[in-house]
Amino acid sequence: MPEPFPPSKPTLAVWKFASCDGCQLSLLDCEDELLAVAGSMQIAHFLEMSSASVDGPYDLSLVEGSITTAADVERIHRIRDDSARLVTIGACATAGGVQALRNFGDVAEFADVVYASPQYIDTLGTSTPISAHVPVDFELRGCPIDRRQLIEVITAFLAGRTPNIPNTSVCTECKRRGLTCVMVADGTPCLGPVTHAGCGALCPAHSRGCYGCFGPTPDPNIASLAGWLRRCGMDEEAVGRVFSTFNVAAPGFEEGRRHGR
Amino acid sequence: MAGDAPDGDAAAERRQLTVRALARVEGEGRLDVAVRNGSVESAQLNIYEPPRFFEAFLRGRDFREPPDLTSRICGICPVAYQVSACNALEQACGASVDRRVVELRRLLYCGEWIASHALHIYFLHAPDFLGAPDSVALARSQRGAVERGLALKKAGNAILETVGGRPIHPVNVRVGGFYRAPTRTDLAPLAETLRRALDDAIETVRWVAGFEFPDVRLESTLMALHHPERYAIEDGDIRTSGGGGFPVADFDDHVVEYHVPHSTALHARLDGERYLTGPLARYTLHHEQLSATAREAATAAGLDTECRNPFRSIVVRAVEVVYAVDEALRLIEAYERPEPPATPVTARAAVGRGVSEAPRGLLYHRYHLAANGLIESANIVPPTAQNQDAIEADLADRIGEHLDLDDAALTALCERTIRNHDPCISCATHFLDLRVVRR
Ligand code: SF4
Ligand code: SF4
Repeated sequence: MPEPFPPSKPTLAVWKFASCDGCQLSLLDCEDELLAVAGSMQIAHFLEMSSASVDGPYDLSLVEGSITTAADVERIHRIRDDSARLVTIGACATAGGVQALRNFGDVAEFADVVYASPQYIDTLGTSTPISAHVPVDFELRGCPIDRRQLIEVITAFLAGRTPNIPNTSVCTECKRRGLTCVMVADGTPCLGPVTHAGCGALCPAHSRGCYGCFGPTPDPNIASLAGWLRRCGMDEEAVGRVFSTFNVAAPGFEEGRRHGR
Repeated sequence: MAGDAPDGDAAAERRQLTVRALARVEGEGRLDVAVRNGSVESAQLNIYEPPRFFEAFLRGRDFREPPDLTSRICGICPVAYQVSACNALEQACGASVDRRVVELRRLLYCGEWIASHALHIYFLHAPDFLGAPDSVALARSQRGAVERGLALKKAGNAILETVGGRPIHPVNVRVGGFYRAPTRTDLAPLAETLRRALDDAIETVRWVAGFEFPDVRLESTLMALHHPERYAIEDGDIRTSGGGGFPVADFDDHVVEYHVPHSTALHARLDGERYLTGPLARYTLHHEQLSATAREAATAAGLDTECRNPFRSIVVRAVEVVYAVDEALRLIEAYERPEPPATPVTARAAVGRGVSEAPRGLLYHRYHLAANGLIESANIVPPTAQNQDAIEADLADRIGEHLDLDDAALTALCERTIRNHDPCISCATHFLDLRVVRR
């Protein structure tokens, strides 16, 4: 459990690495809470929102995005040194994000396809989560994160308690909402059984199977789910692809990613 | 910082301005300006957002995947990516989508316009006019205004949530339509929210119209989508301010991406000319297609039949918010639930091209499909790449006019100039990360 912050206004910094900006935008999307958050913390560094920036140290750093360049490796160490608590937000920062698809391909070849002068590209052959480089105090899942969970994490850190973020699967949220299982009832392939809770079972609520944007649950039973996915009509390649999206480099999805290879 | 600017030599006769990390833009970028002997030598908007290789890894993916995958290019306009991708893939497969699906897509897109424009107006742009570093600081003197901005953004997000499932990376969009179409009852509470939002939107136009605007004029060609019946958002053909136009199928013949030696980014030219897409282009080309309320608000705000002043883009955005709220209300009123929510789409070997108007400009996707439905190649031309030349030309002009300013003031003006264009740097799929070493 983290120590509560000192009574003077704690400082908040928001950092970005390789990402789409969606997770930090989630903070601005907290329309009802934003001014209150800004009132109880000093927003010391948040480039997407403010051109004013205060030097560290910071009480709480939220980090979005994955590490994909040598310069970013250095930068995340500096940020860690400057931050009392460091929380990663989103699939990019906690699992390497969709850009981690490069980890299983040939980056030089990728660069050739996208850029006319690939020799100019200064990038690592991998996209790695923040925790591969520095200790992380808490990881918030999702692509994007859920903004209610973000508020819970910020409030918990302000109060010095552990955030109340359930570690269960999307299935439990689906059941709690009283939704009919899309896989059992309609034969729709769904990653709900192996996907971390947090979204409130959004996809099943829209008659769609979960595609795993919150990443793996602890100890996911991939072998069993793969059997179900095949029964729903997916071939081996399709099973491999469905695990190869926003959390492709998450260790829990590794077994799934290998299908069809 | 990753974006630390290269250490230029800053020779004595040379004045070098560097904005090390642009604030209040989406993504990360840097600006390098060199002035030698009193004239602007170069103004380079450099993007150091690391490459994420979307076009490369789309190869070998199933044709139903791009709406989910490409939305992750940009968290602020994911619907634009989803809709341009759907348009391209449906065209490749020869699918004709239910009219009711088209209307629902437009409603979803209106949500993105409202939320994204409100974000830009209140959070990224207005502070420039009011001398504040950000909206939180602004809230100290103008709390009502900031609360109005938040309410407006929330109304846009409510549409995205109801129709798309969530505001960022909606889950409900698929090639052919939607996974689940909302009922009229689902949409009813939105109408109520939007009626209040309409007042906020009109008030927003009034508010921003009172700002002070430097008198500048941008000469670049303007390019926007055109739809015969309505202000183009989710699809259309292409029109330009020169009176020209062409169907989307000819996009690659007219718009050519290229490298310039001074920049790390791919730029684009339209028939060899620099051009601008986005609100100024849309308004100038098609303002007569705005709703009556939006046109009235525009006139009251002092907008003419064209707007080529990038500082006034904040007014045009505000007018577009009025339109998007109005249009969303109309779409909800006329809503017929598509049944089924998606047209079945069968893959075939073909090329498909799709466009739509992201809040900050035109977004083009092209896919080559194999007969088995796997993607052979993908090309994405985001608005920021298209606008880059025009933004740099605008920067060079502004700097040239204000060489008497000291470095801090000139730098601030440059930042404003960039924010006028709302460049979405995360979505710049083509931008390279190159450190220029000057000697
Ligand atoms: S996790 Fe997803 S939403 Fe968040 S920054 Fe990465 S791509 Fe964007
Ligand atoms: S159901 Fe799965 S894919 Fe859909 S939002 Fe939730 S975690 Fe993401």
